[in-house]
Amino acid sequence: MNKTRQPLFHIVKRGETPWYFGWGVRAISIVLALLCCGLITTLVTGENPFQFFATVIDGSFGSSRKFMVLLQNTAMLLCIALALTPAFKMRFWNIGGEGQALAGALAAAACMILMKDLPNLVVIPCMVVTSLLAGAVWGAVPAFFKAKFGTNETLFTLMMNYVATQIVAYFSVVWENPKGSGSIGVINPISKIGWFPDLFGSKYALNIIIVVLVTVGMFIYLNYTKHGYEISVVGESERTARYIGIKVEKIVIRTMLISGAICGLAGLLLVGGTNHTLNSAIVDGRGFTAVMVSWLAKFNPIWMVLTSFLLVFLQRGAGEIATDFGLNASFGDILTGVILFFIIGGEFFITYKLILTKSSKKEEK
Amino acid sequence: METKVATVKMRDITKTFGSVIANDKVWLDIYKGEILALLGENGSGKTTLMNMLSGIYYPDEGDIFINDQKVVIRSPKDAFDHGIGMIHQHFKLVDVLTAAENITLGLDGKLDLKAAAKKIRQICDSYGFEVDPNQKVYDMSVSQKQTVEIVKVLFRGADILILDEPTAVLTPQETDKLFAVLRNMRNDGKAIVIITHKMHEVEDLSDRVAILRHGQFVGDMPTKDTNAQEMTNMMVGHAVTLNIARPEPVNPRPRIEVKDLTVRSIDGILKLQDVSFTAMSGEILGIAGISGSGQKELLEAIAGLQPVEKGSVSYIEDDGTRDELLGKDPLDIAEKGITLSFVPEDRLGMGLVGGMDLSDNMMLRSFRKGRSVFTDRKSPATLARRVVKELEVKTPGIETPVRKLSGGNVQKVLVGREIASAPTVLLTAYAVRGLDINSSHTIYDLINQQKQKGVAVIYVGEDLDVLLELCDRILVLCAGKVSGIVPGRGAKKRDVGMMMTRLGGNANE
Repeated sequence: MNKTRQPLFHIVKRGETPWYFGWGVRAISIVLALLCCGLITTLVTGENPFQFFATVIDGSFGSSRKFMVLLQNTAMLLCIALALTPAFKMRFWNIGGEGQALAGALAAAACMILMKDLPNLVVIPCMVVTSLLAGAVWGAVPAFFKAKFGTNETLFTLMMNYVATQIVAYFSVVWENPKGSGSIGVINPISKIGWFPDLFGSKYALNIIIVVLVTVGMFIYLNYTKHGYEISVVGESERTARYIGIKVEKIVIRTMLISGAICGLAGLLLVGGTNHTLNSAIVDGRGFTAVMVSWLAKFNPIWMVLTSFLLVFLQRGAGEIATDFGLNASFGDILTGVILFFIIGGEFFITYKLILTKSSKKEEK
Repeated sequence: METKVATVKMRDITKTFGSVIANDKVWLDIYKGEILALLGENGSGKTTLMNMLSGIYYPDEGDIFINDQKVVIRSPKDAFDHGIGMIHQHFKLVDVLTAAENITLGLDGKLDLKAAAKKIRQICDSYGFEVDPNQKVYDMSVSQKQTVEIVKVLFRGADILILDEPTAVLTPQETDKLFAVLRNMRNDGKAIVIITHKMHEVEDLSDRVAILRHGQFVGDMPTKDTNAQEMTNMMVGHAVTLNIARPEPVNPRPRIEVKDLTVRSIDGILKLQDVSFTAMSGEILGIAGISGSGQKELLEAIAGLQPVEKGSVSYIEDDGTRDELLGKDPLDIAEKGITLSFVPEDRLGMGLVGGMDLSDNMMLRSFRKGRSVFTDRKSPATLARRVVKELEVKTPGIETPVRKLSGGNVQKVLVGREIASAPTVLLTAYAVRGLDINSSHTIYDLINQQKQKGVAVIYVGEDLDVLLELCDRILVLCAGKVSGIVPGRGAKKRDVGMMMTRLGGNANE
């Protein structure tokens, strides 16, 4: 007697859920993602699925070097994610982390190359100041135009990435070494001017420690300072901010200076701490992956440690699969894509649930 | 009863949003040839219930029968197929299209605007509407837009009409017109449901009332068998008084003097023109006017949020010294030592931050205090607890985001914060809009307390009955000009209503 068919299911927003519910769903998504990846790998290569998981783990924990690389990559990704977070909390969609980090890297490399005859005591402070400044400027330019002329920050920061990439490409030729190679080799390989000191016998340790400090600092900055409070208010409602006398333009520019400067710091750590060279791919897409790290952690710096670790772990696992099983790098990207699909899909089920429509039997009563 | 047929039967309808139960096993009958007033406090689930009838929401449980046929309404289109049409509080019209285009928008079949215009005229003639099918929506007044919405629904053959607070934006004269039309439709055999907070409208218009409380159906009865007091008691669940107190002004002195204030919007449209008046301490100055007559601009100009073309706003201290407020932003004004509190119209979008908890919202006014780079979270938390206790805010705790509170409680939090700073001037815009009777009276009491403390209160309101009961003087705005200032005691509703519209016709040409 029903003229229209009842819908099969409908979507309902969940009420309050305990904190472990969300993390449970996330854990299940990751497990499902891995199972799905295992299935795809087995189908494509015919390898034993257990071999697949062993390889994923081997990619990150296979050797102490692999493990340190895992930590280093996590730290770098985390550093850029931390940089983007104050901007995101302000609803300023800074997707220019890539460019801001490159600007910082360029400044650091420039110091190393141009001041190669000065002592480290002079060069390293110069690198720190200039790279933070370069990142800050790269971040503040779009902020200024947004504040004064209402330009779209998403497009603007994105464009600034390309500008930075091209400038770095240009200097790669200017400073090419050896001549004719079109790239900058390792800078100051003998004198090690501008190279950050090793700690505990590892060139990664200093980077990791600095990022840990930045994480704690950012957590405090966002949650306990007046600046952090202003950022939250501007992000939630600009009209409320104006109503209580916060000068929104000032906050936007100030926050982007900080955001850009921390991106610049990431560039500095990459050049001075680990790579000791400069090329336009040095940031390696982290400026974009960091967007996801920040979002998945709901802009909480402490959770970001977990999300960045997770993403790097899975990425390295996927990469290991591609090399070990003799597939090309694109296969690693496919697996990464599958994993992200599951993780982001999980977020939907944390907020909503599907209710299957019960076949109505009430009429019989 | 009589031989009336229940055209709509809603049975055991339940709808939850997260942990909030908006409707709990609600039964409701809607009859043909009858106007049903659906009553209830804010958050009692009236709009949710009607949204399920009109296809906006889908019920979690329960059945809907139309003419004794069980139906499934999944979308507004399904609703229209069953002859149900809803006129929402916020109009859903395309500004750049004409009335006829809006009315035919989304219909199947060949577009024939001429035939449509003819049918529109027919509908208008039979019920007493006035709509020009070729007029663009952006040229229309609020009441004309509403008429288009009603015609749109009738055009699609609706014979069950739902109106969600239709009179909130209308002048008394426009309301009378609307009610005449609704009566015509009832006499034509249509079923009409009207959601409203205004008791005199319920008594004036409806044949039957149905009352919801906390998502549950409390009861229904013929309107002639009940009265405002009884209905209110049923809505609230206990006895309440309906009178608004109006103490005599205390030692009134000039506090805010506005002279020749002229404001243009960003698009260059004149919003206020040569507005002059003086607000006294210890007095409530009401501002009446059709919505959009410049009330918002006036308050925001005083609060330092609105750029001004010319004029002056002086703050006068007890000893007669004057401070010019124009050209200062809220921070400058506060630094001058003037405590000016402002309860804006848009509570969650301007007065508060919806996503922040009560305590953080209290901090909005005070977070700058002190030299430390860190925020002081203790005193806002203390203030939040005090406001919750003194104003009886219903909240799970001070860590709850204010967005999750009901309208009345949100307003208590906002007003509580604003009066906590012991202001000398209190600006309020639509302080009780959308609030139920109980919460409204709490707000009136708070405003009266401030008045007795010697605060100069400027109260922008939309309900003339309330303005006439509460305010000492009423300034009537009409299209951005002062139409007149009348004493609140003894003013006639008709007269004020006329003053609201008189200048309008000429100024818009």
